[in-house]
Amino acid sequence: MVPLSWYMLLSIIVFAIGVFGFLARRNVIIMFMSIELMLNAVNINLIALSHYLQDMRGQILAFFVIAVAAAEAAIGLAIIIALFRNKATAHVDEIKEMQG
Amino acid sequence: MIQQLFFIYFAFAITGLSLLVVTRKNPVHSVLWMLLLFFHIASLYLFLNAEFMAAIQVIVYAGGILVLFLFVVLLMNIREELRIGKYIGAGPTGFTFAAALLVVVFMSLRSFVAAPPGIYSIDLIKKETHTMVLGKLMYTEFLYPFEITSLILLVAIIGAIVLAKRRLKT
Repeated sequence: MVPLSWYMLLSIIVFAIGVFGFLARRNVIIMFMSIELMLNAVNINLIALSHYLQDMRGQILAFFVIAVAAAEAAIGLAIIIALFRNKATAHVDEIKEMQG
Repeated sequence: MIQQLFFIYFAFAITGLSLLVVTRKNPVHSVLWMLLLFFHIASLYLFLNAEFMAAIQVIVYAGGILVLFLFVVLLMNIREELRIGKYIGAGPTGFTFAAALLVVVFMSLRSFVAAPPGIYSIDLIKKETHTMVLGKLMYTEFLYPFEITSLILLVAIIGAIVLAKRRLKT
């Protein structure tokens, strides 16, 4: 039997890698993929807790997380396409119109 | 013992694959590593007796979201991407922040106290099948959030069309 804390540790590690990718990468698409990575880490945690605490509601929550992730990916990629059309770049450090 | 060996393999594979996803220079490689990562996560869900979630993970993430990502990656200039650096100037700060987050949450994991177990034991799920239990709960207790989710997806469809469509010449 695998202890619950191993799953939580794995989830923390994947989440931290996602945070690093979101904060450090230059490409907008990789940043979005890092967000998906973080959502997946949360899903691992939710489903592991749901299994070990014998409560189905964690998996329902993970289901909603997946649905919201799909919506977020669609909207985010539409924003990236609009960005390509207006600026022809995918690098976050070249998008700086809002600084004073 | 064999379960723990399998878990250790999957844990190392998931960690290594997510590192590969965030550190590859070529975005196409990142997307393909992510495909492998999602399959590994789905098999981790199978370990946890969550067959329906594993199927959803493969269908929605690997089949839907990643194809979307791949289409958008095809729009960008890979050659320029390979030429310039992959991290922004604040990259070390991001690394420090992520490492600090890892340490803090790891320390707080020690004081985790599990709640008393609920009624959905493995025997019950095995007797009624996983999808049946999940569906019964979702269409009774969680019907209202489920409907809200469908509304969120509708908003996402409309929003994506409005944002990405070409401006009409007036």
